[in-house]
Amino acid sequence: MSLEGLYQEIILDHYKSPRNQGKLENPDINIFESNPLCGDEICIHGKLDGGLVKDIRFEGKGCSISMASASMMTEVIKGHGADHAKKYIDGIKAMMHGEEKLSDDELGDMEALKGVADFPARVKCALLAWTTLEKALNQKTDPKGR
Amino acid sequence: MLKKDDSTPPSAPQSRAAFLPFDPVDLRGRFPVLSRQYDGKRLVYLDNPATTQKPRSVIQALTRYYETYNANVHRGAYRLAEESTAAYEGAREKVREFINAESVEEIIFTRGATESINLAAFAWGRSFVSEGDEILLTEMEHHSNLVPWQILAQEKKALLKFVPMEPDGTLDIRKVADLLTKRTVLISFTHVSNVLGTINPVRQIADLAHSAGAKVFVDGAQGTPHLPVDVRDFHCDFFAFSGHKMCAPTGIGVLYVKKSVLEHMPPFQGGGDMIRQVFLDHSTWNDLPWKFEAGTPDIAGAIGLGAAIDFLKSIGMPAVREHEKRLTRYAVDKLRQSRGITLYGPLDPDRRGGVVSFNVQGIHPHDLATILDRESAVAIRAGHHCAQPLMKKLNVAATARAGFYVYNVEDDVDRLILGIQRAQQIFKVPA
Repeated sequence: MSLEGLYQEIILDHYKSPRNQGKLENPDINIFESNPLCGDEICIHGKLDGGLVKDIRFEGKGCSISMASASMMTEVIKGHGADHAKKYIDGIKAMMHGEEKLSDDELGDMEALKGVADFPARVKCALLAWTTLEKALNQKTDPKGR
Repeated sequence: MLKKDDSTPPSAPQSRAAFLPFDPVDLRGRFPVLSRQYDGKRLVYLDNPATTQKPRSVIQALTRYYETYNANVHRGAYRLAEESTAAYEGAREKVREFINAESVEEIIFTRGATESINLAAFAWGRSFVSEGDEILLTEMEHHSNLVPWQILAQEKKALLKFVPMEPDGTLDIRKVADLLTKRTVLISFTHVSNVLGTINPVRQIADLAHSAGAKVFVDGAQGTPHLPVDVRDFHCDFFAFSGHKMCAPTGIGVLYVKKSVLEHMPPFQGGGDMIRQVFLDHSTWNDLPWKFEAGTPDIAGAIGLGAAIDFLKSIGMPAVREHEKRLTRYAVDKLRQSRGITLYGPLDPDRRGGVVSFNVQGIHPHDLATILDRESAVAIRAGHHCAQPLMKKLNVAATARAGFYVYNVEDDVDRLILGIQRAQQIFKVPA
């Protein structure tokens, strides 16, 4: 995969104009994670309503891949249930190993992240937001969690 | 004068070679990895502060050891072991001479600078640091010269203090003086910053610290490969460095401790080779320096380090420094002429080693590193460089870093600059 495959227009667009950036008042989800290898940081805030992710915002410092991936994630998760989120978390993780669990229709903008699989050093960047959200959701659904 | 270490013919003299103390293109031919190409482009390796490439003479020294005289040291009553012991201890003498220590008793082989610092924090720190004592560090330290002291300070209820970094990336010697108190037992600081390239005035700081009654630890990981080092002239009590950042294999490093300090230190690790007599309930310790080298050491690594020192001495450390200074000036000038570049660290080449950290506006260093690699076959570092507190001080999450060594040339800098312009194109930021 060429460099153009990695740095597609859509990635640069999400990087330069991230969607759902910021914080939420009294969030139900409030999680901070960093990648100790490179220092990338992300903070995810979420509002839950029953099983629904009513609102989700993120803030972070990182490369175009990690920030674009986070931006895309908020778009696809917002307004849907936790099952929907988990399906996408699994799908994006699999995609980083070259596995296709989500159709191009389901992927939408995130199809642009497919190219990351060819850059092993950058897979962690693309997954930072997703593994962080997964951790937050697991804490919420763990009966011992609260 | 450059000594040939293999049969590589010297390359044709170049016009600018006349101004150089040695021919780096010729030198490059002695590093097998540097003949690699990606997509038909010669690899430009600029991640030297992380680790350097290895010359053929060092690789051959390892092979020769394993193929002709591999045996454990210090115990075999046969000629093979006598040969390996002589080579291992011979390497120690080479290290002693290289850093001008007084005696080989002061040279301890470790896994690297990190283990050297941990050894001192454990063996010296646990005996000589008490509750309420102060350890003075600086804001520009690598995690390896911070975390071991944090662990020690927590255990001993000692206090860590930090010399602040000036906006130009240097230390203000007056602030060092102000921070030294009656309770300061140690100052530990880097010779050369791995992020900013700043060369700290070791002797000046050491003398200040000693007059306050503190011991002096110098992290020489980024200095020893690039500048002449003289631990006696530095007046330091401890000095640490890694082999792999100066052409030697990974897994070997050195801790120098002044004998008058080392004599009072209890052992670091227990085990074979570090003992004199062992009883069921207690043991007595071996002589210096072996008291601090438990277990079978990295014999091949030490021999490789000796070969690396031979290699560097054949060039001459003043020449190495001169070459890197010239290249750093060239790189700093080129980067300053480029658009959208923020440079960190002192601009005066006399005050900095061959490390250049920078950021390109609108492009995260990781993206820059990926593009430089894939488009231009230029290998640089991107990230926090194991100096997260320093990154916070600079108010950045990460920087890009290019570091030079004996085999780098001006063309490598030009390739870096062109690669940055290509990244600016891809990210559509003005170049």
